[in-house]
Amino acid sequence: MQHQMEDFIRALRAADVKVSPAESIDAHEAVARIGYADRELLKDALCATLAKSEDEVARFDRAFDNFFARDPFDFATPPPPPEGGEAAPPEARLEDVSEEAAGSELAQIILAGDSTALSQAMERAAQAAQVSEIRLSTQKSRLTRRLLDEMGVAEIEKIISQARRLEGEGGAALADRLEAGRKVVAAEAQRYVQRQHDLYASESGRQLREELLARKALNAEGGIDPVDLQVMQALVRKMAKRLADRYSRRRNRARKGHLDVRRTLRQSMAYGGVPFNVVWKTERVDKPKIIAICDVSKSVAAAAQFLLTFLYSLNEVVDRMDAYAFSGRMIPVNQILDEHGVDKAILEVLKLIGFQQTDYGRALQDFAENHLDKLDRHTTVIFLGDARSNYADPRLDIMRTIHERSRSVIWLNPEPESYWNQGDSVMNRYLPFCHLAKTCNTLDQLERIIEDVLRQYVPH
Amino acid sequence: MTILAQAANASPSTDSFASVDALVQGLAGVGYIASRRIATALYMSVHLQKPILVEGVAGVGKTELALSTATLLGLPLIRMQCYEGLDESKALYEWKYGKQLLYTQILKDRMGAELADAAGMDEAMERLHGMGDMFFSEPFLEPRPLMKALREDDGCVLLIDEIDKSDEAFEAFLLEVLSAYQASVPELGVIKAKTPPIVFLTSNNVRDLGDALKRRCLHLHIPLPEASLERRIVASRVPNIEERLTHQLVGFVQALRGMDLRKSPSISETVDWARALILMHADSLDAAMVRDTLNVILKYEQDIQMVEPQVSELLRTAQTTP
Repeated sequence: MQHQMEDFIRALRAADVKVSPAESIDAHEAVARIGYADRELLKDALCATLAKSEDEVARFDRAFDNFFARDPFDFATPPPPPEGGEAAPPEARLEDVSEEAAGSELAQIILAGDSTALSQAMERAAQAAQVSEIRLSTQKSRLTRRLLDEMGVAEIEKIISQARRLEGEGGAALADRLEAGRKVVAAEAQRYVQRQHDLYASESGRQLREELLARKALNAEGGIDPVDLQVMQALVRKMAKRLADRYSRRRNRARKGHLDVRRTLRQSMAYGGVPFNVVWKTERVDKPKIIAICDVSKSVAAAAQFLLTFLYSLNEVVDRMDAYAFSGRMIPVNQILDEHGVDKAILEVLKLIGFQQTDYGRALQDFAENHLDKLDRHTTVIFLGDARSNYADPRLDIMRTIHERSRSVIWLNPEPESYWNQGDSVMNRYLPFCHLAKTCNTLDQLERIIEDVLRQYVPH
Repeated sequence: MTILAQAANASPSTDSFASVDALVQGLAGVGYIASRRIATALYMSVHLQKPILVEGVAGVGKTELALSTATLLGLPLIRMQCYEGLDESKALYEWKYGKQLLYTQILKDRMGAELADAAGMDEAMERLHGMGDMFFSEPFLEPRPLMKALREDDGCVLLIDEIDKSDEAFEAFLLEVLSAYQASVPELGVIKAKTPPIVFLTSNNVRDLGDALKRRCLHLHIPLPEASLERRIVASRVPNIEERLTHQLVGFVQALRGMDLRKSPSISETVDWARALILMHADSLDAAMVRDTLNVILKYEQDIQMVEPQVSELLRTAQTTP
């Protein structure tokens, strides 16, 4: 059963339930105490030791039911002899066929209709064929074949053809029964492999896809497949949750100016009551405030959408978040985001200001006139754009003001660095006013940069 | 506080932990109707000597489980409520500063006499060191909940309530206590539990707990109960309630949970409501009675406003469902 437990834990890991070695030791101890007899008890006990959150409990339940599912095999029993009529000719015995046939374990199991023995034989064969190593759905047919080979189906086929050649009706009857049994075994093997696939591979396929999508270029030719888009939205929310978990727990404390009498006294005890170490009361420092300014022209829109999704999913750890969008003119989009949700907001924004000629200078001027008061030394400004301004005045003076008034300015450019400052790009002229400028064209890069933003608010 | 009242009658039995079924019965005996999953988790926790982390929405019986276990085992319950800013001086131990100061003042006068016959500076220092250690010893130690739990000779039930409200730093500090049942006090050394306490941690999922903590605990998620289980809970908690009323009110509450409410009523609300209805001498539910007492089960004005117009309809569905 040791092997079973290891396989089950592997299935759990494949189902995204995190199981550490210590937990698996716990699980073994638990099993040693309660045994395998009571299925429900086993399930509850393993659940308590292995699944550590509400989500994981649900995934655990599914994996357990799937893993320990054992449907009885359905063998065709020999038809009862017709009553009153002539008794059917007795079936030929295996020994009549050949010596080899008499030794075939599988043939005996089929004839006996012993489903328990068959499932045990299948387990053994599956271990030999390493069915549980399945990773991709394309491996299914090959593994089924391997599993059947291990069980000795080839042998059965041989016995069947030998039995057919036997004299008398008994041989044919035996062959028919073996044939039916072989079909059952084949179907069962297929189901078995399918179940192993569901257990070990279905999740890893999804994980593989997510990994690929995280590295997919956001402004790729032809845009993003709508199917992928949904997965990516979910992925962004997952990434944001991960960051939120990590940073909402940080307690950022700083000097405030009030003496902590109790702790000062405590420290002073070591010096005979002389307060050598003075302890100050501390307080949490503000959460980051973020202003996101996004270019929503065609080349950047996809990246802008994901940036906004990301930032909005971070509301736990971000104190205040204001979003602005521009192509020719700049508008605040907070309200649009609240009303429509991030998914549809970009379309709404495009309806309002889309299809104008991109003009960074004009947009910056709009920002300076209407929203400059939003900036203070706690604010991080995130620009997202390719800095292609169609040869209009880039208004570096406003950029300088923003740089001076904010805590930091981060510029995310979907284009690779080698394209910066080519053609009508003014990226290199904005560069002196950015604390950080990076290429950001995949979800991975996006996550890393936002983590940097959050980390700045955490003591070094 | 029914359990505390019953505590006197319940004989402290360890037999209850012989099997899961016995544990279910034992818990029922002290007024806690547990599902098999709850009992199994508790059984494993006692036998593997691991803390148990209980999660679930507010009022589902997390704290109650610890109280009932203490009653069942006849052990004292030591409770530590977590909150933001809780640190080790409030959770583990504290020196009695006042007493220490007072003693230094009293001993000040004797100090001169004590040191007068010292041969030199070195010997005087030596003696002072000896005196210093005196102030950091047991008589000056103020034990806090965790220390108390470790020092109980016969073991106890330690309830660390709402661990998710505490800081991350405190969570890390708990790891030593939870995995080795010991705590380090720099001045005294390591204090190890004579009998490991049965530890319950509860969490409302205000924030996600660290993996290190989760790894050290068994996990139990208590969901909102099914109708039949909830009826048994109500019957056990409110002994003199009519069966018809139990049926109706549990059906009604179950129907409420299907709605999109800000705070769905949990078990404690159901029990409170049952008690309120008994007080009002109701033997069955009608729309007017529900409207009058809706504030017992719903805690937000918006929720009450949303449910109020649908009361009659909900009552009808509650009646028809088995």
